[in-house]
Amino acid sequence: MRKFVVVAAAALVLAGCGTGSDQGGRALTVFAAASLTESFTALEKEFEAGHPGVDVRLNFAGSSALAQQLANDAAADVFASADTANMEKVEALLAAPAVVFATNKLTIVTPPGNPAKITGLADLGKEGVTTVVCAPQVPCGAASKKAADAAGVTLRPASEEQDVKAVLTKVRAGEADAGLVYVSDAKAAGDGVTAVGFPEADKAVNDYPIAVLKSAPQADLAGEFVALVRGADGQAELARAGFSAP
Amino acid sequence: MSTRDRRVRTGLPVLLWVPAAVALALVVLPVVGLVARSDLSSLPARISSPGAVAALGLSLRTAALSTVLCLLLGGPLAVVLARSRVPGVRVLRAVVLLPLVLPPVVGGLALLYLLGRGGLLGSHLPGVRIPYTTAAVVIAQVFVAMPFLVVGLEGALRTAGERYEAVAATLGARPWTVFRRVTVPLVLPALGSGLVLSFARALGEFGATITFAGSLEGVTRTLPLQVYLLAETDVDGAVALSLLLVVVAVAVIAVARPRALRGQR
Repeated sequence: MRKFVVVAAAALVLAGCGTGSDQGGRALTVFAAASLTESFTALEKEFEAGHPGVDVRLNFAGSSALAQQLANDAAADVFASADTANMEKVEALLAAPAVVFATNKLTIVTPPGNPAKITGLADLGKEGVTTVVCAPQVPCGAASKKAADAAGVTLRPASEEQDVKAVLTKVRAGEADAGLVYVSDAKAAGDGVTAVGFPEADKAVNDYPIAVLKSAPQADLAGEFVALVRGADGQAELARAGFSAP
Repeated sequence: MSTRDRRVRTGLPVLLWVPAAVALALVVLPVVGLVARSDLSSLPARISSPGAVAALGLSLRTAALSTVLCLLLGGPLAVVLARSRVPGVRVLRAVVLLPLVLPPVVGGLALLYLLGRGGLLGSHLPGVRIPYTTAAVVIAQVFVAMPFLVVGLEGALRTAGERYEAVAATLGARPWTVFRRVTVPLVLPALGSGLVLSFARALGEFGATITFAGSLEGVTRTLPLQVYLLAETDVDGAVALSLLLVVVAVAVIAVARPRALRGQR
């Protein structure tokens, strides 16, 4: 009898692991760009509240790292990228063409109170101003270069960082007079930085596309999640995080 | 392996072979994977790209300078830690290990808050900017690499003991002569292996450098930073440079390992 119970319990456990798609215990895996951390975490709660028994698993990382994981057969239902280039890398894996659900643009950030009195992009090319930007190889750096070109400014960065968060860290620590980051990142940093907008930012707007993967284990849920992101609630959450509507 | 042919064979428990093989595979197979992933035909072009050449040159220069500083500063520190009878020296021995245990990123942040513009020391140095300079790269490397030299050397000094030094002293040798003619020759092998380890650690330094010194081609972007940047965008380029680092690492081991092994005895 005891043996039977153990076997039955084991069978139950195995069944639970195996399918997992019955009633409860469904998991929806969402790969999202790091800049979406705040907004998608909020949307995760809303989605789970509306879909009892569904567990949304968010995987945040740089878009190119996520695209690389997907190309290497990572199992995911939804991919939200911070730029179109990385979405295009996985085009063959998508169930349907990606749609843009938000845009993000650059802003200058300075240490709190703007001690170096930065007023525009031109100040970032001046001697004596310690500027930190993203490396041109990564999306935020490409956007920075585009904006600087549009403004006719040659940036003289003291350092070209790997990602936006590294730029923020340097500015927050007071080790840079100015940095170029996305509006959403500046917002997430709160009082740690002062944001200084500049008109040329409109020349380098970043599109955020989202798509359901062809191999999505939870295709129906994935579609509903995308609908949530694109719907009124999702857009309100994204606006709160500093994103603009497409 | 050659020691297996000796007269007395205790025999190796077969059980040890399995985890040993797994351990070896864990070290070797990733490198094999790296080689397999690389496109050998485009390798020369990628390695000789301006960014790669600048990064390699910077890496070799800074790592060499850091190793010299490790010797000039860490060597005396090891002697003091091993020989001094000042109270609290045991605590100091533990403190020296700190960079070895800390994640390098934490070390980088610590350096930033010491030597940065708003830092404890940095705020008293108006007009001197340390972050974002090649000097910052060297400081970060010395910070993480010096414990390798100090710990190895201090251990060797204490193992060697003070008998010979005492004899030399009773024969009338002055402290500096004892140090130069007795102490240093005794620990030369340990010094060699410590220097090699420090150089290797400095060459591979990443976290403290990117946090404290930033990343700018030719100034602060060493080879590991260049690999990290390329991994975002140009994976083949990153693989090629990784191979270059592996080659340099193997060269360092080949030059130094026999000597380092002797130093362990």
